[in-house]
Amino acid sequence: MHRTGELYGQFQTLDQQREAASLGMWVFLITEIMFFGGLFLAYTINRAIYAVAFAEASRELNVHMGGANTAVLILSSFTMAMGVWCSQTGRKKLLVVFLIATLALGGVFLGVKYFEYAEKFHHHLVPGYDFHFPDVKPEIAAQDPYINAHAQLFFSLYFGMTGLHALHMIVGAGLLLWLIAQAAKGRFTPAYNTPVEIVGLYWHFVDIIWIFLFPLLYLIDRHT
Amino acid sequence: MQSQLPLLPEQASNFAGNVDALMLYLLIVSVFFSALITGVIVYCFLKFRRKHPREIGASIQGSVPLEAVWTVIPFLLSMLMFGWGASIYINYRTAPKDTLDIYVIGKQWMWKLQQPDGRREVNELHIPANRSIKLILGSEDVIHDFFVPAFRVKMDVIPGRYTTMWFRATKTGRYHFFCSQYCGTNHAVMGGWVTVMEPAEYSAWLSGSSGEANPAAVGAKLFEQLACNSCHLSTDQGRGPSLNGVYGSTVKLSDGTRVVADDAYIRESILNPKAKIVLGYQPLMPAFQGLVTEEQILNLTEYIKSLQGQPAPPPPAPTAGKR
Amino acid sequence: MSPTASSPTAGLPRAHYLNQAYGIRSWLLTTDHKRIALLYLATVTLFFFIGGSFAVMIRIHLLTPEGYLVTPETYNKLFTMHGVAMIFFFLIPSIPAVLGNFLIPLMIGAKDLAFPKINLLSWYLYIVGGAFFIYSMLTGGLDTGWTFYTPYSSIYSNSAVTPAILGIFINGFSSILTGLNFVVTIHTMRAPGMTWFRLPLFVWAHYATSIIFILGTPVIAIALLLVGLERIFHIGFFNPQMGGDPVLFQHLFWFYSHPAVYIMVLPAMGVVSEVIPTFSRKAIFGYHFVAAASLAIAVIGFLVWAHHMFVAGQSTYAALAFSLLSFLVAIPSAVKVFNWIATLYKGSISYDTPMLYALGFIGLFTIGGLTGLFLASLGVDVHVHDTYFVVAHFHYIMVGGAIMGYLGGIHFWWPKITGRLYPEFLARIAAIILFSGFNLTFFPQFILGYLGMPRRYHTYPPEFQVLNVLSTAGASILAVGYLLPMLYLTWAMRYGKVAGRNPWPATGLEWQTESPPPTENFDKTPEVTWEPYDFHHRPDLGLASPGLAPARGDD
Repeated sequence: MHRTGELYGQFQTLDQQREAASLGMWVFLITEIMFFGGLFLAYTINRAIYAVAFAEASRELNVHMGGANTAVLILSSFTMAMGVWCSQTGRKKLLVVFLIATLALGGVFLGVKYFEYAEKFHHHLVPGYDFHFPDVKPEIAAQDPYINAHAQLFFSLYFGMTGLHALHMIVGAGLLLWLIAQAAKGRFTPAYNTPVEIVGLYWHFVDIIWIFLFPLLYLIDRHT
Repeated sequence: MQSQLPLLPEQASNFAGNVDALMLYLLIVSVFFSALITGVIVYCFLKFRRKHPREIGASIQGSVPLEAVWTVIPFLLSMLMFGWGASIYINYRTAPKDTLDIYVIGKQWMWKLQQPDGRREVNELHIPANRSIKLILGSEDVIHDFFVPAFRVKMDVIPGRYTTMWFRATKTGRYHFFCSQYCGTNHAVMGGWVTVMEPAEYSAWLSGSSGEANPAAVGAKLFEQLACNSCHLSTDQGRGPSLNGVYGSTVKLSDGTRVVADDAYIRESILNPKAKIVLGYQPLMPAFQGLVTEEQILNLTEYIKSLQGQPAPPPPAPTAGKR
Repeated sequence: MSPTASSPTAGLPRAHYLNQAYGIRSWLLTTDHKRIALLYLATVTLFFFIGGSFAVMIRIHLLTPEGYLVTPETYNKLFTMHGVAMIFFFLIPSIPAVLGNFLIPLMIGAKDLAFPKINLLSWYLYIVGGAFFIYSMLTGGLDTGWTFYTPYSSIYSNSAVTPAILGIFINGFSSILTGLNFVVTIHTMRAPGMTWFRLPLFVWAHYATSIIFILGTPVIAIALLLVGLERIFHIGFFNPQMGGDPVLFQHLFWFYSHPAVYIMVLPAMGVVSEVIPTFSRKAIFGYHFVAAASLAIAVIGFLVWAHHMFVAGQSTYAALAFSLLSFLVAIPSAVKVFNWIATLYKGSISYDTPMLYALGFIGLFTIGGLTGLFLASLGVDVHVHDTYFVVAHFHYIMVGGAIMGYLGGIHFWWPKITGRLYPEFLARIAAIILFSGFNLTFFPQFILGYLGMPRRYHTYPPEFQVLNVLSTAGASILAVGYLLPMLYLTWAMRYGKVAGRNPWPATGLEWQTESPPPTENFDKTPEVTWEPYDFHHRPDLGLASPGLAPARGDD
């Protein structure tokens, strides 16, 4: 394994290596934006066309769990940022603490997600698996005779978007585990903390995706 | 004509001449530039071939004026191509008012075409020459496309909605039509013939057949069977607006906008009436999505069209409820 | 450096990237960009054969109007899988993954790409994606057209759609990582003195291509993912009976697939921009304009996708906008062609094989591009959309353009890659055979299309037969044109004349190092002081200097 701050063979200087790693992560995140973007586009178009069905379906989501998860994730971004600061200022033990905290919060997010998904299974709200949208008030049904199908569309997008997000969180958790192991060995110093920074970038990105997902999916027409 | 000039299909519609002319302009420009580029290459190859193994070329970096010239000239030429093409396309998409409407349904792997009087054909279309024809196209399954090369017209046929196209056949004769959007196994055999006849011959052909029942009459029966007439009275006292004279008119909606009551509007009002509520009426009409077939919608539309001759009642006062 | 010495490797450098390590593990676990390039070369060639054999069957089947060779179902699978194999598994990777991978570090003076392990991962993703596609071929095939239009692909087709989609999806990540690697490498790993405007135009072309890889590929990933979800879980994204919209798929699909054609052609243009100056021994005319044109093509290329949908029922306004933009995207390509031929003027021109391919590219790409104007023009497009006119147009660009660029590049850099020269006379013959066969195959298809023969037809009206027969005759000649290089290039790897560092000679950094290069590319990091393609200030090339053989009249 490489020791602290070792220069990889293809680079000329450590600066170049750091610059490349950082640029590489930013470019990767841009591709992720385009990837999620397609789903966001499909969601936006269908939301505009089937506003009533989507509002009804959205009300079936557990906004408390979703809201809690939002707070958890924002907090985890904070702990991650603190971890990056620790690595920049040589606070090696505190770095490990913050990384573990971030991982733990990520675990809480995924745990809550598990319960949310389980709830959906019980309520027959998983598309393709005996999906049945609960009966709605007659005046709502009158506005959209095909509300079952359109609600299923909503839930397909819900599971697609949050599932993809959760997958990215799991990858992030894996990266954090690796980072914790390396940090515990004292590998990161102010001179060399690139992996912490780029994992931080990735984690913040995953957080931002959720910050868009939460209001779009959970908060439509909450007041009506 | 066809056999002597196997490079172009026959010109048998109002669009064909203009399309071919634009194509010819494009062809001339293309041949000119291809010849120019080939000529320069050949010239350079001959004049500047290497004479000495260690020879190098001249020290020329570029020329901004030249770059400007060969940017601007192609730009201007292509804008002409764009403008001309756009004008043809706008013409394609703007049907005249007094068209003879034919309903066309595509399905794997055949075409069903219905004349205004209800007479149906399969993979055949008889039309009169020199009369504007509008095709209203739908699909029962996947995307197809109705293409008549001799007319230079083509339009995709999409499930779940109508598309339209129009043309005026200018020459009698029989012309191929093809499906030209891949639709599965027998995509290549899903075609037929358009027969263009003199107007008198066409009338004779129409009346010569036993024909199906007049679609408007079928529609009238449906109107009763489905209890449409319980709300849509001929006066404005019903729970729904009267349909006398509605087809082709401008309807005021409850959200303040106006819409023209065309075939698409009628279809949507049957399948999903809550989408557009007429001003002064309540959203009471049940949706018929899944309860009527495409054909029944066509028949009902024909019936509603036939109500054009009836006097339209005045619109109800905006604030008056109807219950 | 005697080329006729007794030992088979006499004249080659003692240690280079090919003999540095032996054995299958040294290849399958390599992180050397040059070896990875060769891994790609082998596998893209495999898919080229697969796609090519489907093409042969298609053309034989179309010799007669009734079509007796295969059933309609099989024919539909043939053209579909020909498209998928050629586009996703051959053309899109070809130049970037083979030549780009090999050359970009050498051209900028670096030891490797920024992320060598990710480079290897890209190749493995390509392999896994390809394996799923082959699985799809073997378990019933795919009959949706390479365009996967819904609802046919998502509901009605009974073929092996899901594994094929999975294969293309995974392969997409291969593209994305390659693009990412190139962008980061070009930004951060240029040697001292290698400023942006000293970069070879091949590098500029790949930079522009990488932008498209990065921004476009994720969108088709999502589009195909949604089709897969619809097939497996019966969700109604594109099913009108469940409130979906089949045309939404077309937008998502073409948003990537139009820029994808620029992925296929920009690298080939990059090759041409290297070959023309080399074999005219003259600086490229308008370097900055050619570089800017590459970027312009990449950017504007993202704005024109719905010109594939002029008759799909979109609004007239949308059609007008996309038509106008489609004309605009043609302008930078025209600018490049004019700059290339201006480079020839007062050059010192030789007819080596790479030059023949580059000139073939210019001629055929010009025809392909001009016929693109026919398609951009709304009035004509309505008539020729989905006919053989379109088939001819895109084959002129993708075969007459991209493949000629690829072969030209393979020949140009073969000495650098293998250390040996290919047989020049035979190669020129093959190039001419290819050029002739190509034109005979595809030019009749323009006429067929305007006459009204739709594409994707396993049977056709008898009046179209003569042109179809001409096309098939051309295809048989084209096949010979393809087979010859495969044979003599393989032969040359062992028996070709030793090339030396810079046989042409050319001005790029890659020609400063040994042929084949050492694993770390350069013995010491180069420092660049030359402008690109500057034959007048390169005494190291051994060409004319003032006082010796005269240069052409300077301006």
